[in-house]
Amino acid sequence: MAVERLFKDEATEEKGERARMASYVGAMAIADLVKTTLGPKGMDKILQSTGRGHNVTVTNDGATILKSLHIDNPAAKVLVDISKVQDDEVGDGTTSVVVLAGELLREAEKLTMAKIHPMTIIAGFRMAAECAQKALLQKAMDNKQDPEKFKSDLMKIAMTTLSSKILSQDKEYFAQLAVDAVMRLKGSTNLESIQIIKKAGGSLRDSFLDEGFILDKKIGIGQPKRIENAKILVANTAMDTDKVKIYGARVRVDSMARVAQIEGAEKEKMKEKVQKIIAHGINCFVNRQLIYNYPEELFADAGILAIEHADFDGIERLALVTGGDIASTFDNPESVKLGHCKLIEEIMIGEDRLIHFSGVEMGQACTIVLRGASSHMLDEAERSLHDALCVLSQTVNDSRVLLGGGWPEMVMAKEVDELARRTPGKRSHAIEAFSRALQSIPTIIADNAGLDSAELISQLRAEHHKERTNAGIDVISGGVGDMEKLGISESFKVKQAVLLSATEAAEMILRVDEIITCAPRRREDRM
Amino acid sequence: MALAFDEYGRPFIILKEQEQKSRLRGLDAHKANISAGRAVARILRTSLGPKGMDKMLQSPDGDVIITNDGATILEQMDVDNQIGKLMVELSRSQDYEIGDGTTGVVVMAGALLEQAEKLLERGIHPIRVAEGYEMASRIAVDHLERISHKFDFSDADIEPLVQTCMTTLSSKMVTRCKRTLAEIAVKAVLAVADLERKDVNLDLIKVEGKVGGKLEDTELVYGIVVDKDMSHPQMPKRIEDAKIAILTCPFEPPKPKTKHKVDIDTVEKFQTLRQQEQKYFDDMVQQCKDAGATLVICQWGFDDEANHLLMHRNLPAVRWVGGVELELIAIATGGRIVPRFQELTPEKLGRAGLVREKSFGTTKDRMLYIEQCANSRAVTIFIRGGNKMMIEETKRSIHDALCVARNLIRNNSIVYGGGSAEISCSIAIEAAADRHPGVEQYAIRAFADALDSIPLALSENSGLQPIDTLAEVKSQQIKENNPYYGIDCNDVGTNNMQEQNVFETLIGKQQQIMLATQVVKMILKIDDVITPADY
Repeated sequence: MAVERLFKDEATEEKGERARMASYVGAMAIADLVKTTLGPKGMDKILQSTGRGHNVTVTNDGATILKSLHIDNPAAKVLVDISKVQDDEVGDGTTSVVVLAGELLREAEKLTMAKIHPMTIIAGFRMAAECAQKALLQKAMDNKQDPEKFKSDLMKIAMTTLSSKILSQDKEYFAQLAVDAVMRLKGSTNLESIQIIKKAGGSLRDSFLDEGFILDKKIGIGQPKRIENAKILVANTAMDTDKVKIYGARVRVDSMARVAQIEGAEKEKMKEKVQKIIAHGINCFVNRQLIYNYPEELFADAGILAIEHADFDGIERLALVTGGDIASTFDNPESVKLGHCKLIEEIMIGEDRLIHFSGVEMGQACTIVLRGASSHMLDEAERSLHDALCVLSQTVNDSRVLLGGGWPEMVMAKEVDELARRTPGKRSHAIEAFSRALQSIPTIIADNAGLDSAELISQLRAEHHKERTNAGIDVISGGVGDMEKLGISESFKVKQAVLLSATEAAEMILRVDEIITCAPRRREDRM
Repeated sequence: MALAFDEYGRPFIILKEQEQKSRLRGLDAHKANISAGRAVARILRTSLGPKGMDKMLQSPDGDVIITNDGATILEQMDVDNQIGKLMVELSRSQDYEIGDGTTGVVVMAGALLEQAEKLLERGIHPIRVAEGYEMASRIAVDHLERISHKFDFSDADIEPLVQTCMTTLSSKMVTRCKRTLAEIAVKAVLAVADLERKDVNLDLIKVEGKVGGKLEDTELVYGIVVDKDMSHPQMPKRIEDAKIAILTCPFEPPKPKTKHKVDIDTVEKFQTLRQQEQKYFDDMVQQCKDAGATLVICQWGFDDEANHLLMHRNLPAVRWVGGVELELIAIATGGRIVPRFQELTPEKLGRAGLVREKSFGTTKDRMLYIEQCANSRAVTIFIRGGNKMMIEETKRSIHDALCVARNLIRNNSIVYGGGSAEISCSIAIEAAADRHPGVEQYAIRAFADALDSIPLALSENSGLQPIDTLAEVKSQQIKENNPYYGIDCNDVGTNNMQEQNVFETLIGKQQQIMLATQVVKMILKIDDVITPADY
């Protein structure tokens, strides 16, 4: 007798072949979705949000695309998740990781059709991944010792990363920008100190790197527009009405005169506070919170530049670059560290006026001002630049470099193929499949560029059978080219992360033989 | 639905709204219950053993969990059937009691139910079946005791413990680095274990995960890791020889519980109140300073002003630390949790050799490491992994490994795995059955058959011929009178589990058999199921 109902209503259960099929299909659908964005000739996607305003995003960044999708298939969610982690951890290769995992599953599907047990496939994949990683390690180049060469490596990596993005037109320019910015960090991976300001208008070429700090705020009226040798106090304090914080306090008065008195006392209090601040001997005051008109007027009288409502990041960054404390009380002027900079001035970018702090103490921070025709363009440019910055900062730490253009995949595929030949047993099928999945990445790059991929890949493979080759796909000329001469490089860390997380994800999906979906939580019908 | 009639032949209503309720009685009820129990067991059956498959579970909110831990699967499965829920409870109690073998216990119960159904069909009374099972389980438990081994380990030689944990981990997704993880688990347990009293408080081991990095980066921290950062970005990121004040009171003016109002009606009052307020903050910071604290860990938040004052007085602080973490920190650093500033004294401060903030990846995630604590009895296992699912699964696997290590410290008897213990018990029970007079004999024999289902499932999942393999191993055991032959799941080439170093804890196995028998007995005793109609 069958059980009528084991689960709650609407909960579904899929078993064995069907479950596996569902996850393969879901994962491959996701991989196919982002596949066309891979490589320098990859296409972009338009994403329209369902939220208010139906905002449109144009991008070819894998992580951004996948983040905005509403996905119901659980296997697909695994892939979205790995791309997100790739983004957090190394910043680039978000598309590659999904595509590689998808290709691995595609191969695995064929093998399961041929009645090979998923566990055997996993064992093979694991061996293959290990072997591929070793191959990468051997071929990786490290130019840390030679700063000249290292810089050119960074430059190449930045150019390779940017070449698949919207910035590819001016990739040299932006690569230089990104390398300069990252070199200023001197090895730290804290990208917070690089500030990116987007201002619509002008062309991408008008973007520039500024060594100081730019705050997107206006200077109060009647206050000096230009200060040399500025002493800056960075604060986070209420400059509107300084409330009494003792619980239960309230004002209760019985006549208008009393109200006036208390108001006067309040004003007095504010004035005192302002006096205390002025007593620090500053000529610039930046507050995170609002500054009301009255204190602003007082500051203006004292000839102090007061900037209100700088956001959290702005404040922290400003404190970082100017080397000052973030203050909230002002009783001991001698112990508060003030920030310094050579020059504060108001500058114009396009239509907008911004405040520019130059000659700051800490050389690490800098600002990149992006210009562009539309806000979509700027958003995409920011994402691209962010990718490049992430990759560069990771490369500064782990300076090993690989060539690009499908070269690392072919190297790995070759080694994995060798391994397959040496391995007895059913696992060798899985290992072979792994190598095929690796080769599909250059295939997709070639396909996206409208090239004859079958022809190119076979040429490439033949080329790779020779010792020490640098051959990869040259998308621009449409043939096989020497990657070293073309200056196409990739970071070792990114490639390794792609390889490992893609294998991990494929393994995870392969191990599943049953999908149980709980009944979706009921939501109140909102109008 | 049965109706009762009174002496005048009028129908008599026993159950409220009884015509809307469905009711199953007698054999039908038994069969329905058994099939529900078996359905649950069937789901878990494929997850058993080192080559077991995983299940993908989608929660009501759409989150995906991939696991092969029996307890987790059942917990997430949203079972509606009453008997199904019993099975879920069963695996949960195994999880609480032992922490491992949660899949095995459900598969075992399923097999027992399957055998019971056959007996019921032959007309054996369910209670007799239950009694037979009870006897058989006692035989099995005694037999396990006999074939168990004591095994020795010490602080210096943790290898045997590591081996056992590796057996547990080999069935999980993390097999890739089972060696590292097993070592971490064993070291963690030994760090907090009280070897004299043979007791381990697993609460002292905190398992913290953070997405990113590789599984290999997982580490054991002798101290506490808190997912928080310093309250002020400019506070020092590294404090040596920290004296920690652990506070549960906010850096805020006091808020009496009784309702009160402070009326301000004159300028003087306004000003005194203002000064009072500033004094509060100053006093609080001063009290911490006076006690000699160099780091403040607070359960609550604090005001910008207080934050700045702390920063100003060079007193680093961490805010919004959860209650559990706070307790752990207190245990680890030997400090006391202080609920009021007035009660802060130098003796109540915790001590740690090194407190540092560590950042990860390209995002600005930071975590606080408190290391070299005064009392090193609290440790943290810090898991890294490719994605959230991986981390969750690793957490569950580590938990299993920790439980196994703990059980071994409590009781160092082991039995061999790979189904060998079950096969050996099955043989012993089979032999005992023949000697037993009465109907129970059949039930005892059925129990032996049910025990076989575990090695059967193991070999099935490993892609071996199940019946062939079982028959071969069984005859080998009898022929050589050696209870260590089991299923060779990993294709190593030998059936001897002693050589393969596959073992499980004795209490875990015994518990499995006893719990499964109990639940089956309970299910067998039900002969009437009344369900309210769907509305």
